Formats: sequence, C-alpha cells, structure tokens
Amino acid sequence: MANPEGFMRTTQREVPARRSVALRLKDWKEVYEEREAGQVERQAGRCMDCGVPFCHQGCPLGNLIPEWNDLVHRDDWKAAIERLHTTNNFPEFTGRLCPAPCESACVLGINQPAVTIKQSELAIIDQAWERGYIRAHTPDRLTGKTVAVVGSGPAGLAAAQQLTRIGHTVAVFERDETAGGLLRFGIPDFKMEKRHIDRRLAQMEEEGTRFRTGVTVGVDISWDDLRSRYDAVIVATGAPVGRDLQIPGRELSGIHFAMDYLVRSNRAVSGNTPADLIDAAGKHVIILGGGDTGADCIGTALRQGAASVTTLAIGKQPPHERSANQPWPMDPTLFEVQSAHEEGGVRQYLASTVEFVGDAAGNVTGVKVAETEYFEGGRRPIPGSETEIPADLVFLALGFTGVEQDTVVPQLGLDITTRGVVGRSKHFETNVPGVFVAGDAGRGASLIVWAIAEGRAAAARADQYLSGRTELPAPVLATDTPIHF
Amino acid sequence: MALSPFGRFSAFPEAKGLYNPAEEKDSCGFAMVATTRGYAGHDIIDTALSSLRNLEHRGAVGSDAGTGDGAGILIQIPDRFFREVVGFELPAAGNYAAGLAFLPLDDAQRAAEKSAIEAIALSEGLTPLGWRAVPTDPEHLGTLAREVMPAFEQFFVSDARGAASGIELDRLTFRLRKRAERELGTYFPSLSSRTIVYKGMVTTLQLEPFYPDLSDDRLESTLALVHSRFSTNTFPSWPLAHPFRYVAHNGEINTVRANRNWMRARQSQLESPLLGDLTPLFPIVADAGSDSASFDEVVELLELSGRSLPHAVMMMIPEAWENDSAMDSARRDFYRYHSMLMEPWDGPAALAFSDGSIAGATLDRNGLRPGRFLVTDDGLVVLASEIGVYDVAPERVVRKGRLQPGRMFIVDTVQGRIIEDDEIKSQISTLEPWGQWVDDNEIHLEELPEREHIIHTEASIARRQRTFGYTHEEVRMIIAPMAQTGAEPLGAMGSDTPIAVLSERPRLLFDYFAQQFAQVTNPPLDSIREEIVTSMEVGLGPERNLLTATPEHARQVVIDFPVIDNDELAKIRHLTADGRASTQTIRGLYRVDDGVDALEKRLTAMCNEVDVALSMGVHFIVLSDRDSNNDLAPIPSLLMTSAVHHHLIRAGRRMQTALIVEAGDVREVHHVATLIGFGASAVNPYLAMETAENLVRRGRLEGVTPEKAVKNIIKALGKGVLKTMSKMGISTVASYAGAQAFEAVGLSREFVDTYFSGTTSLLGGITIEKIAEENRLRHAVAYGDEQAANPHEVLTTGGEYQWRREGPPHLFNPETVFKLQHATRTKRYDIFRDYTRAVDEQAERLMTLRGLFGFSSDRAPISIDEVESIESIIARFSTGAMSLGAISPEMHETLAVAMNRIGGRSNTGEGGESVERLLDPERRSAIKQVASGRFGVTSMYLTHADDIQIKMAQGAKPGEGGQLPSKKVYPWIARTRMGTPGVGLISPPPHHDIYSIEDLKQLIFDLKRSNPAARIHVKLVSESGVGTVAAGVAKSKADVILISGHDGGTGASPLSSLKHAGTPWELGLAEAQQTLMLNDMRGRIVLQVDGQMKTGRDVVIAALLGAEEYGFATAPMVVSGCILMRVCHLDTCPVGVATQNPVLRERYTGKPEFVETFFEFIAEEVREILASLGFRTLEEAIGQRQILDVDRAVNHWKTEGLDLSAILEGNDFPAEAPRFNVSEQDHELDEHSDHRVFAVLGDALVTGQPMTIDLPIRNTDRAIGTWLGHELTKLHGEAGLPDGTIRLELSGSAGQSLGAFVPRGISIRLTGDANDYVGKGLSGGRVAVRPAHGVSYETNRNIIAGNVVGYGATSGDLFLAGMVGERALVRNSGARAVIEGAGDHALEYMTGGVAVILGATGRNVGAGMSGGTAYVLDLDHNMVNQSALSTGELMLEQLDAAERELLTELLTAHVEETGSRFVQSLLDDSAETFARITKLLPRDFAAVTAIRQRAEVEGIDPDGDIVWQQIMEVTGG
Repeated sequence: MANPEGFMRTTQREVPARRSVALRLKDWKEVYEEREAGQVERQAGRCMDCGVPFCHQGCPLGNLIPEWNDLVHRDDWKAAIERLHTTNNFPEFTGRLCPAPCESACVLGINQPAVTIKQSELAIIDQAWERGYIRAHTPDRLTGKTVAVVGSGPAGLAAAQQLTRIGHTVAVFERDETAGGLLRFGIPDFKMEKRHIDRRLAQMEEEGTRFRTGVTVGVDISWDDLRSRYDAVIVATGAPVGRDLQIPGRELSGIHFAMDYLVRSNRAVSGNTPADLIDAAGKHVIILGGGDTGADCIGTALRQGAASVTTLAIGKQPPHERSANQPWPMDPTLFEVQSAHEEGGVRQYLASTVEFVGDAAGNVTGVKVAETEYFEGGRRPIPGSETEIPADLVFLALGFTGVEQDTVVPQLGLDITTRGVVGRSKHFETNVPGVFVAGDAGRGASLIVWAIAEGRAAAARADQYLSGRTELPAPVLATDTPIHF
Repeated sequence: MALSPFGRFSAFPEAKGLYNPAEEKDSCGFAMVATTRGYAGHDIIDTALSSLRNLEHRGAVGSDAGTGDGAGILIQIPDRFFREVVGFELPAAGNYAAGLAFLPLDDAQRAAEKSAIEAIALSEGLTPLGWRAVPTDPEHLGTLAREVMPAFEQFFVSDARGAASGIELDRLTFRLRKRAERELGTYFPSLSSRTIVYKGMVTTLQLEPFYPDLSDDRLESTLALVHSRFSTNTFPSWPLAHPFRYVAHNGEINTVRANRNWMRARQSQLESPLLGDLTPLFPIVADAGSDSASFDEVVELLELSGRSLPHAVMMMIPEAWENDSAMDSARRDFYRYHSMLMEPWDGPAALAFSDGSIAGATLDRNGLRPGRFLVTDDGLVVLASEIGVYDVAPERVVRKGRLQPGRMFIVDTVQGRIIEDDEIKSQISTLEPWGQWVDDNEIHLEELPEREHIIHTEASIARRQRTFGYTHEEVRMIIAPMAQTGAEPLGAMGSDTPIAVLSERPRLLFDYFAQQFAQVTNPPLDSIREEIVTSMEVGLGPERNLLTATPEHARQVVIDFPVIDNDELAKIRHLTADGRASTQTIRGLYRVDDGVDALEKRLTAMCNEVDVALSMGVHFIVLSDRDSNNDLAPIPSLLMTSAVHHHLIRAGRRMQTALIVEAGDVREVHHVATLIGFGASAVNPYLAMETAENLVRRGRLEGVTPEKAVKNIIKALGKGVLKTMSKMGISTVASYAGAQAFEAVGLSREFVDTYFSGTTSLLGGITIEKIAEENRLRHAVAYGDEQAANPHEVLTTGGEYQWRREGPPHLFNPETVFKLQHATRTKRYDIFRDYTRAVDEQAERLMTLRGLFGFSSDRAPISIDEVESIESIIARFSTGAMSLGAISPEMHETLAVAMNRIGGRSNTGEGGESVERLLDPERRSAIKQVASGRFGVTSMYLTHADDIQIKMAQGAKPGEGGQLPSKKVYPWIARTRMGTPGVGLISPPPHHDIYSIEDLKQLIFDLKRSNPAARIHVKLVSESGVGTVAAGVAKSKADVILISGHDGGTGASPLSSLKHAGTPWELGLAEAQQTLMLNDMRGRIVLQVDGQMKTGRDVVIAALLGAEEYGFATAPMVVSGCILMRVCHLDTCPVGVATQNPVLRERYTGKPEFVETFFEFIAEEVREILASLGFRTLEEAIGQRQILDVDRAVNHWKTEGLDLSAILEGNDFPAEAPRFNVSEQDHELDEHSDHRVFAVLGDALVTGQPMTIDLPIRNTDRAIGTWLGHELTKLHGEAGLPDGTIRLELSGSAGQSLGAFVPRGISIRLTGDANDYVGKGLSGGRVAVRPAHGVSYETNRNIIAGNVVGYGATSGDLFLAGMVGERALVRNSGARAVIEGAGDHALEYMTGGVAVILGATGRNVGAGMSGGTAYVLDLDHNMVNQSALSTGELMLEQLDAAERELLTELLTAHVEETGSRFVQSLLDDSAETFARITKLLPRDFAAVTAIRQRAEVEGIDPDGDIVWQQIMEVTGG
C-alpha cells in the first residue's frame, strides 16, 4: 500500500460519468464516458489494505482486491491484471455487470463511501486488453480426458477455461447460435457490448476450448450420448424459467416474460433481427418487477422509443441507506438508480397487480393495480384501492423459478430440488457420477460473480474426479452464501 | 558417560510434564573483603560474614522457611588453623592442598568413596595426607536442605614428589578433583593449596552457625568472598551454592548454552603441557551445573593452564571494546586477538574472583549489576552488591567507589595495594604483540579482489521462489519493505493463525522454532540506544588450541555483519592458502522422489564430505542449497546447518572451520537468527536479495537501486538479528552463534535430539519424514505437472499477516468479526453462540493447542441454576494492557467504564492515567501498569490502583521495548505521559531497575509500599522455562502472575517477533501451574492468563490448566468496532479504535454496553460449560486438568507425533495441594522502616504541620519514604503538601530505592550514602544525599549513590553530593537533579526535567534523550551518544542568561542541602563554571517548546490544531 493515509486524503468517491441520457438513448452502446485520467488510480489509493479485507470475503471469487488496488494506485497494470486474473477469469464481465458485494463489504464503507473496487477491476481489464497483456494460456500437455460443458454462460465458460488450461479437452455446448448465454442474450448492449464476449471467446478458442453452438443437448444430441462421449459433464444451463403471474387476463397478448423480450431485442441489436421481435416503439410499457431484469427492460424499451415505461414493484421502496437488519458487511437491499432508471420511466412501489385488462381482440390494454398492504406474516392488495394503468406491452420481470425441466431432467436423471434447481453436493456433484452442476442451474438465479466462482469450483471438482487430485482453485462451495447472521 | 557432581545433594525433581530443571536460574548478592595491610586475620572473615548477613534481602527462602537458596564463603587456606585441628602432619603452607568434600552420609559408602578418591590421588602423583570431619550444626537448617545434606569432610593432599606447591600443586589437585567428579561424582567445593570454600544450602544468617570453623579465631585470611543466592526454585542443591573455586557471581550468563557447546567443541583441541593429558578430565564443563558453575570451570582451566586470573576473566568477559574508539590501542588489540580465541560469556554479571593472593571484581560490558566498594585508611576494602553492608566509621573511609562496566578492580593482598583497571589491563595487553599478530594474519573481505556480480533472470528467480515456498505476501510485506527501507517491517494486533505444527500447509522448518527472550532473571538489551555495547562482527575460520596463544590463532576472515551478499560470498569461495583452495562448498540437495531416505542419506553424506574437506586442509565450508532442479530439492538450510554443526561438535572438529550458509529459503530476520543460533557464522540469503533486485528492476520499488536494495536487505536482516539477540540480552553475535536461544514447538524429540541437540521441544511433533514431505510439497509446486493450474499466479497468495481466503485460517476473520460485533451490539446471545461456535470449531480444526482438547468430566452434569452467577465470574475478568496512545481515548474509556460497571478490571496500559480519570470511579482503570517507560507512574497513579501490574514482557514482542512516534504524541497523550507534544517517546526493552530476579523482588517491594492495599502483578510471556520464572516471581512476593500467550496483540511489533517469539499460553500456563505446585507455592499466588481469549470454552480450558483470572483484549476491541485492520502502528485506524487522529476518532462507534454484553455472554457461556462438566464454580474447576483429554483430536498429517501429555500429566500432586490462591504473600509490611516515621508523625500528615524526623538507617532499610508518600498522596492528592512539610533527616547507608515515588511535601536528607534507585519515580518530593560527617574525601571523586538514580522521576528535586552509578536519570520526565558525576548511559530516554552533572560522565550520555535539558561540566564530547550527535537530534550549546540563573539557583540549593564544598567552589567562581558547562538539548524538544511558548505569547492554544501543524512540520512527524 503506497500510502496508508490515502483514504484520509481522498475522501470522496468518484466514478466515471455516464453519457447524457439524450445521447445514449440514441444508441445501444455502453452508457459510460471515457475514464478520466488518474481518477481510478486516485480512487484505488483509498484502499486501506485491511488486515481482514472484508471485500475479499464479500466477493464470491475471492478477488485479491487490496492487492490490485495497490497496483492500480501504483500504475502497475501488468502486475494488476495478473493478480486479478488469479481469481477471476472474466473481469470484463464482472467489472461491468457485477453489483459489487465487495463494495458493500468494504471496510472504508463503514463510515465513508466505499472504495470504487468495481472501477479498479474494470480499468485493469480494459487496460490489459488495450496494452495486449492478455494472451492464451495453453496447457503444456493434455490429459487425454474430455469434458462436456453444457451451457456457455459465465459459469460454463469459467469451468471450460479452467479445465482447458489444466489439460483436459473441453467442448462447450450451446443451443443458441453464438456462445455467451445470458451474457450475450440476456444483457443489453448498453450494459455490456458483446465485443467483450467475443474477445474472450477468441482467447478460449486459442487455448483449445471447443464451442459447439446451435446444438441443443437432449435434442440434437442425447444426454446418454453426451455422457458416453465425455469423461465428465458440467451442467451450466442456468435457471432461465421466469416466474409467472397467474392472474385474470394473463392469456392476453402483449404480455411477455421479460427475458423473451430482452433476448429478441439483443438479437436485433446484434444485427440478427428475429421475426418475433417485440418492439416497444410508441407503446405504453408496463414492467412488473423492480429488479435488474426490469431495469434492462426499461433501458431497452426507451431505446426502442416506448411512449411510456412504468415499473410496478409489489414491495416497499428500498431505503437509500443500510437498514439495521442488514448491517455492514452484508450486501444490503438499497434503492438503486441504474443507468436505465436515469433514462426515463416511472417506478411505482407497493403496487400489487391484480388483473390484466384487455380489449376484445385479446390484446392487453392495461393492468389493474391495488396498493400493497403488509400484515404480520405477509402482504396483500388492499381491496378497493385498485386503479387501472393503460398498457400496450407488459413484461414480467418477477424473477426466475429454476431450470428448464423438459430436457435436462428426464434424460439424465438429475434430482431437482424443491427450489427448481439441480440437486448437488457441496462440491457441485449431482446424483450422477461424473456430472457436475454449476451456476444458476444449481444455485438458482444469482449474480455473474457467483456463476464464475461456481464454474471455477466445479472445474476443480471435475478435475479432482478426472485426475484423482487437483491444483485448481475452488473459491466457493456449492453451499456457500453471502455473509449473514 | 561421565558423571556430573551437581545432581548429588540436590533435590531437583526430574524433568516431568512441562517442568525441566535445566531451566532453573539463580542470582544473588555478593561481597568481597580484602586487606592491603599484609597479614591475615580473622577480622577479614568476620567482616565478610557480617556483610553477608546484611545481604539477606538479596537472597531468598522458598516455601520451607528454614531453607535458604544457598550461601558460602571463600578464604585463603587457613594454615594455622588447619595445623591445629587436623590430627596429622601437614607440610609447609602452600605445599599441601585442602578442600571440603560433600560425601555420602552412609558410613560404608563414604568410606568407599574416600578410598576411591585416595586411589585417584595416588594415581595422579599426589599423597593423601588425611581427612578431617568438619563440624557442622544443622539444627537451624530447613527441612528440605537437611533432607539432602551430605557429610562434610576436608581432604588434605600433597605432591608425592614433594616438589609442587601453590598453583603447581593445584594443577595436580585439579586433575584429581576432575577425575573424582567424573568417575565418582564427588563434589568438592574446592581443593586447592591456595583457597578454600565453605558453602551450603543455608541462609546468609545460617552460614556461620552451620560451620563453627568460621567462628574460630584461628581461621584467618587476607581476603574473603561471600555470596547469598536467590534461586528461582525451592529445591535445595548444596553444590550450586556460591562461591565456586574462583568466582562468586551475581547475574546470569545469557549465552551459557553457546559457551558450553563451544567449550565442548574445543575440547578435542585442548592441549597444555602444564596440565598433562586432559582427556580423562572431560567434559571440562560438567552437565547440570549452573551458568556460574560452568563459568568457574572454564576460568579455572584458563588459570591453571598458564594465564593469570585477570587475564582469563578479561577473555571471558571482555569490555565493550568494539565500538570504543577511545580505548587504548594495545587494549583493543588484546580484545581483538582474544575474540578469535573465545566468544564472550555474555550477560549481566558482577563477578568477584580470587586466586588466593588477589581478590578482584569486574562487571559485565554493560554494567547490569551493581558493585560498590569502600576503602579504609588501614587498607580494608569492602566491595559488595550494596554499600552499607559493613559499618565503618566515616572518618576511616578514604574512598568510595563502584565497579564500572567491563572494568576490573583488584586488591593484591601480597603486594598490599589496590591495582586499578588501567594498570592491570595495560600489563596484560602488552604481554604479547597481540596487535601485530592480528594485523599480520587477519583477512578482510574488502581487501580481496572484487568479483563480477551475477544477475539472475526473472524466470529463474520465480522458479526458485516457488521451490522455497515464497508467497506473494512475503514478497510484498517482508522483502519489499526491507529492500526499500533497510528495516524490518512492523505489524500490529498479534497473530491468530495456526502455529506451524497445526498448520495444514507445508511450513518452513524455521517456523517450528520460537525465539527465547529474557524475562525477570536477565534483562533484554536496547540494541538501538545501547548499540555501543553490541557487536555484529564475526571471525570466520578455524580456531586453535584455547590454552596457547600464537600468531596463527589470528588467521581468520573478519566480517562486520553476519549477513553477506553474493559478491562477498564469492570472495570467500575463492579464498586460497598456499595455492590451494581454502573453501569448499557442500551441496544440500537430494533426490526428492526418493523421499526421507534420500534426505537423511544426504545429510550424512554432507557431514562426511565436510570431514573429508577438513582433513584436506579446507578452512571454510559453504553449505549451499543452490542449484536445485526438477529432481533435486534443497534441504532446509536450518536442517543442514545444524546437522553439520552438531556433527562437527560430536566429532570434535567443530573449531576447525566456520560454516557459511548459502540459503535460498532465508527471507526473514527469524530465519537468519535461527541459522546463526544453530551454528552458522555467516548467512547469504541469496534469493531474498535476488528477489529484491528483481523488484527494483520491475519498477516495484522506487527510489532505490538494485545495489541499494540488496544493502538494505542485509541491513534489515542484520539489524533484526541484533534485535533478536537483544531480546535475550545477548550483545555480541559471536556469543549468540550456537547459543540455540530457541525452543522447538512441534518437532519430535528424536528429530531434535539428532539434529538440534540440546534444544527443548516440549510437545514433540513431526519427524524428519514430515519435513521431507513438506519439502516435497513445495518442490511439487515449483516443478509439478500442474503449472497451468493458475497461469496468473506465480506465487501462492500467503495470508499469514493479512487474512486471505486461500491462506491459513485466522481466528478472527470476516465471519467471526461480523458475528461478534452484531451479537454484542444487538444483544443476541444466539448470534453470539454462532460466533463462539465458529471460533471454537476453527480452534478444533487445529488452529490452537486448546482446540485439541476435549472435555471428559467424570462428574455428572448439573443444572445451570446451581452454577455461580455471571457477576461472580466476571469478577475474574480483566481487559488487556493497552495504553492510551496505542488506543484512542474513546476506546480506552469504553473498556474502563464497562469493566467498572460490571465488576471486572480494565488496565491503563503503559501510558499513565489522567488525574480526572484516576479519580473518577466510572472511568478509572483498576489495574495500573508499570512498564519500562514508567510513563505517568507517580505516587498518585500508584496510590489509586487496585492492582499494579509490572509488565516484564508483552506477548506480541517479548523482550522488546516500544516507541510512540512523534506524530502520535498528541497533547493529551503527552500530558498523561509527562512528555512533550509532538516529541517521540521510547519504552526501553528492559526495566532499568530489573536486571535480575532480586531486582524484581525489590521493585515489588517498592510498589507494595507505594500502595500496600494493591495487588502486585507480574506479567510474563509464555516460553519454556516460564514456570521456573514464575516460581522465582512467587518467591519475589508478587501477588499475581500473568502468563501471556505469544499471540497477544500489540500496537506495533516487528513481524518476526509477532510470529516467532514465545509460545502459546496453554504451555506456559500449564508449566507455571505445575512448577508452582512442585515448589509448594501455588497457594500464595493468583495466576492470570491472556492471549487470544475469545470464548467461554477458552476460559474454562484456562481454568482447568490452572488459571483463576482471565484477560481479554482483542475481542472487546472488536466488540467496540475494531475490524482487525492491523495498522495500529500507522495511526490510521479507520474506526477510531487504535488511533489518536481526531478525525478518525470521531468514527468510533463502540459503547460500554457492547463490552458489558460481551463479558456477560462469555460468563454465561462459562456457566453453561461448567454445568455440563458438573462444576458449580470456576474455583472447583481450576487446575483440574484431568478433565481435559486429547483423544478426539490430533488427526491431521502433521499432528500425529504431538504429545500433549506434558500439559495434562506432569507430576502428581496430592488432592489437597492448593491448586489456586488460598493465602496471601507475607509482604513483611510491618517491618518497613516508614513505620518508625508513622510512630512519631502524629497528625502532621493530616494537618500539614511541618515536622522533622531524625532516623538512623542502614542498607536493609529499603524504599524509605515510599509508604509515607503514599499516605500523603491519599490525603492530599496530586498537589501534595508544601515543599518540605515532612522532613526526614536520615543517617547511615540507605537501602535501595531511597525516596522512591515520594510526592511533594516530603523532603528526605540522608547523611551517609545510598544504594541503587535513589529517587526512583520521584513525584514532587525532594531527596538529598551527602557524605557522612567526618569524611575527608572529595565528594565529586567518590560515589554517593548507586545505579539508576531518578529512574522515571516525574517531578521533584534530587541533590546528590557525589558521583552516581550507571544510567542516572533514565527516563526522567520532570524532576530536577544535581549530581557530581555519573556512570555510563546517563540521561538515557530522558523526556523532561533538568539534569545537572558536575563531573565526569561515563559513555553514551543522552542516548534516546528526547526531552528535558542537561547541563554537564567539562563535557567530553566523545562520551555523548554518537548517533544522536551526528544526526543532530541532540544539540550541544552554551548557556544563556536565564539558564545561568536557573543553575545558580540549583547549585545553591544543592549546597544548602548537601553542604558540598566542591559545588560551593564552583559557585564561588560562577563565571568560569558556567563557561565550562555545556548544555545538552534535544533538537525536537527545543523546537516544540519554542513553538508552544510563542503560541502562548500570541494567545494561541498551544494544544490546538494550528500549533500541532507547526509542531509536525518541525519534527517531521
């Protein structure tokens, strides 16, 4: 740590500015301005190099945050990317998309704005790409063992890269036409442009990872075949099934799962416009659910030219500050202003949607919303408080219920838990020997950083299974959860 | 195997459990009496014996009141007496030898032994003349002493040829005596034609009655040595009483293990035509002797083989010549030459010696023991540990002096005169052309041809870093800072990771060794401020026969520092002699795939290769672990070094070579220290240096060149080793080498005995197989198949110093910190249980020794309702000693308030306490700490203590002092510490009034009288031998002993101390409990424990192991918001806990309620556990170690060899033996001299009515006025009474600590003289000492008071009409003193007040002096601390007008108080006097004082921000 008093000298948190709303709504590019010279170095100098770095604990990957903060502060980008890559295969993804539980856990955050850890991470990886520090790491020799990774989201990719580098021959199966999973099709470009994925996939290919895109396992190749062709299988198919809202009017057209909306839009942005694109241009859009997916819908709809965008959240508006029952270093639920929130739309809380209203043609025209009332043990709509909000499109962004059960389960005989995900041991082992599960498919919908951590850990377990021992790091157990009491 | 005579007539228990008799220590008081009048008389013996009786308080008695620790006397052979009492004919005086023998009581056995002795005598060419049964009167002996008492007979022999007399005869009797010792185990206190010793397990008062001979008027001598022993145990040993044959010793030889090892190594080379074949006499140094006994054996050998006794003593206890440029060159040459023959026997020593015609005395190089003498007009010399042991009419005294560091004082009874140091030494220094011999032969590296520097590639460095197990953290946190700054990095908050043997990961062999350190029985050394007495110089190369002296003895390579760089090593490698290589490199590599067999074979082969090389004439051996590769792994450098070292010792060839170690695994101070401690003469940590160079090249270090980085590494490691040595009080690396000042923790005894012979390993542990396995694992990381596993991670992360997920577990980690904070802040016991479960589970997963224990109670569980209350448990809790300074005022008060509310105790720490808090029942700290800095230790502070805690050592950095950097000395800190804002403060490593066990006894005595109601604590740190120390402390009458674990927290400590010094408290506590019970002293002491105490389980385990009180520090801090930043030393604590920065303090969120909740929860948990074990109270559980078992644990790959039985078993004790405190110490408070004052005082103290009291006193009256001061302070508080309200007019020789802590209102005037510690802690009172009426000598040439006068004085006046001893006015922070001359190290660490020295000073004046002003007459600039002068920290100036006024006032007062004619004469010619006076003024102090004065003039708050900024600018804080 260059200067132990850095946090006292630089007391304010600074992050890169976002482009003006007017400007950024005109394109799908990432919303941030170029980094101001020296800013991230100065900010990294606020890191206190704690004796017990809670950030390092708060990060599922165990990122060595104080160490690379120091290196950023010293302007040593080469060493910084090495330390960052030590624990994180894809900092360009987490640097853009992670909600940064590390910053919630930052010790400085107890009484001062937390260190801008995510900015350090992003700067390191951007600099590394720019300066050509990133190269393929091919194994010295191959083990002769083969592994199939099903699903090319962050968990699958992380597992694949780890296993490839240790010398196994890895094929990644992806049913979409391009690898990347949710990263590519679930996340709008204004949050992360797809070139970042392409660049990383190129590195992986160079290292020897094979990508089998457009192949639906269970359809194009049976699970049995897959299992017999590969010495181990890692299931990383995510938890894409959206939570539905079965209320009157649900059958009306114009009501979509948010993910369907986003996937199609992302295809369109990538230049491959699908026939069933849902276009919000000129329409009144209602989004049910106030989470990240909802925010992605807002930004997308506004860029498509929606007439209005309204987000309805059933619960209370989260507080601006930590509540007493979410003390430091827990990752608290806070009222967030994501870039999409800045761009427009209305956010309404305590809004219980009780009915979809439609016209004679069967198109949705509005939603009936009652005020939410909390009572001991739950919440409910207050009868008589209903109002109707007009809507041409309704997107359900109410979270996810688990894995798709039509293909995976029956063929391979995997246990599915009551939570709708694949059952597993704390070491990511399913009930089928040699088959491991990583990421949302095992954990349920979670953060990218968890997905990468699980991919790494599952890879270590698979390597252990294949080689009888492993040197691969396993940052998490399948049973690990964020710190809580 | 040769017998040792020391085991007989002793009652040392066997080594069992954790008790080991080898740890026993002793110390004492002694006296030497001699006359120059030319004839012998019984009066000399009488004088000696009566002096001895007046030293009684320096000795001790154990649990058995009648049994003393031993006393004795050495006199000349009393020829007249013997002729009259033996029943046989004696040859002429000098032609026969006589000696007392300790013989078996059984008649038959005794007869057999006597005839065996006679047989040996005959075979050695001696004629037995006869035996005399010596009358004794055992009536008053203690039971223990009597039980092991021998029979006493004197044996008389003469030369069979009739030719030999005197020393020549003694050479023959030496052979007889040694052989009798070795072959029969007979102990002769002496057997000589010149001297005879009477000694035994008696008290000083019993000696004469026990041996009626001693009262016989016919017994005559011109000289006598007497000695009173203080042993740390209660086990009698007749042979270990002093004097020995040549010496009586007060002190401790810290390096005795090295000295014994080296003597054994030298043995095979010993040859002396005077002594004949020595082989049958080996070992020269017998087993089981004390340090003094071993010393005596070597002195004897040197004397009998032809050197004079003073010569031998000069060899063994050289002066600190290395840095003394003022020393006469011939004398320096003498020392330089002899340093190549023998390493110093280093440690505190006042040594009296006699060969029968001279009687002499000397002090160790640093003057750590007192020695005072007087000379009378009729030639009598009485020299003793104290002045006043013998009453002489003042008018008869012509001189009063003191022994000086390293100086000798000799009375030649034959020539009838005193021989001064200069004379005797210059005579010995010119015996041979020592300097010429050295110049002609010594080799200096800088004179050798330069070698081209080799730069290794980054890839090669990285590969080798992995091979040696480097972590990223080590490079970042240890090597980089050392390379950058040249100093070892600091850390904070202790260590909470597993010790090596409990660690899952492979650890370096170094990690299994814990540094030992000095506590109580000897002092650590301040290697910074007292650098002048240290030396890092090493002579490399063969040593020759110790018993001769030739020019070739000086053929050695001399290096200034034991750490050498690659180029220096290259030079040594290319040394030649007579055209042949002088150096051979032995490779420490083995085929790693072949495992432990290959390792062991290679070690054997290395030893053989060394043997071969030596027989080929090689002089230097380089043991190297370079050039490992895919197949060959390096042997741990410590293993190969110690293996070869011990092999060579066993083979008798050790002195033929120096071992130079080229080691890749070395990167910490501790690593270098262990290598040197186990035999290396020089260490080349090549990879650490290459790493540093590479860091510079990669741009990771700024502002240093690669060359500078390497120099910095060498400097940091070398200085760190010096500091490590200093912890043991060892001042020269030559004595540290081979001293094995370590204990093994977690290594099997077999492994230790094979490769590290003589090292303690209490717990057993891993074998060489596991060492090989650890090595294999490291090698696999470097060369394994899996390099691609993490292509980005060159080195593993680490995590020893800062928590990391993939690193070693820490007891405090995010989860436990979070849960503890949350539980105590929300009062959630359920979450608290989650926290303790997490901690306990981690502990069980082998993080701590206590984690290995399970409970297996044979009692039925009881209901928790039957268990004692939370409140009564909390009464046993205290918080740790954390000073205001280390932690913020908010944190400090939180702890105090919480503990006061719940009935526990908080601790001030070493920083004093402000008066407003002192008197506030809510915010005071019940425990007041007294540490080496004595900050704020006033009569007020002590008077208002419940407990007074003497900090002997601190868990995180035992044996070290501390420093509060200038920027942390904020105004409020300066106030309670009596310092100056913005001026740094130093806590010295030693208490300068405790260099020895009897000194501690004295301090306890003083403090008890400063507040008779307070309990006196002594804080110790766990290490092997701490039980012995604890027993000694119990004998010293402490009320409470605190055993701290090695892992305790601290505000700042060098990282190597944090990790490598001391042992877990489980060990120390169990050892203390066992040893105290063994000594039958457990019942009179309270045992407290602390160190990483976190849960109720920790408390119960501590109770079962014997503790009745429990201390917590880190945990309540965490409760208050601490998040283990570990930056306490940087003043940047972001939560306001451990910082003084006002901005950060505002962020403090702790509350007393949280801390209260914590302790309530802990107590509740204790209750639950007690209930489950079937105990109703903690008291029932204390010492019930059988409840603990270890069955369920000990199950990972490294713990299988661990043997915890030593903790749990040990000696058996009867059920009724006290296991906890049941009675009070007998402090003999009724006998204190202040009662004589109280008896006549009336209500003067209450009314403040002035009163003068006359009192005759003597040297056994100690701490006069201290209790009186306490009563005054109790009544009148901080302000005291007007000056001189109560006047004590004393006459005689005062015992130690005259006027200690006396407050304002008390004036003491002594007519006579005083011993050590006059005016210690002076708190506003006045102490004056003047010579007795009638003396004719000049006051400024004679000694009036002893060492360490005015130590820690905070205010008041001190007038001493004469010279004083060493370390005058150390740490004075406010008193004014006038003295007429001072010894070495005067004014050390002074931070305030005024010192006037009107005479000569010793060396090193003003070391570490950061405040106050001193005025010295005729100052010799060479005597001032040179580093302070050269850096400008200390300025020398002339007086200004105001100062002339001040001096006039002080000198006038001095004359008024003392009548000093000398000072009057100075006043008479004041103009000239002032011109002769130099002012010593610390630069920063001067600048800050000026700034503050200006501020006051300008009306600005001197404690405000503006002034603070100005101060920081000038002091660079």
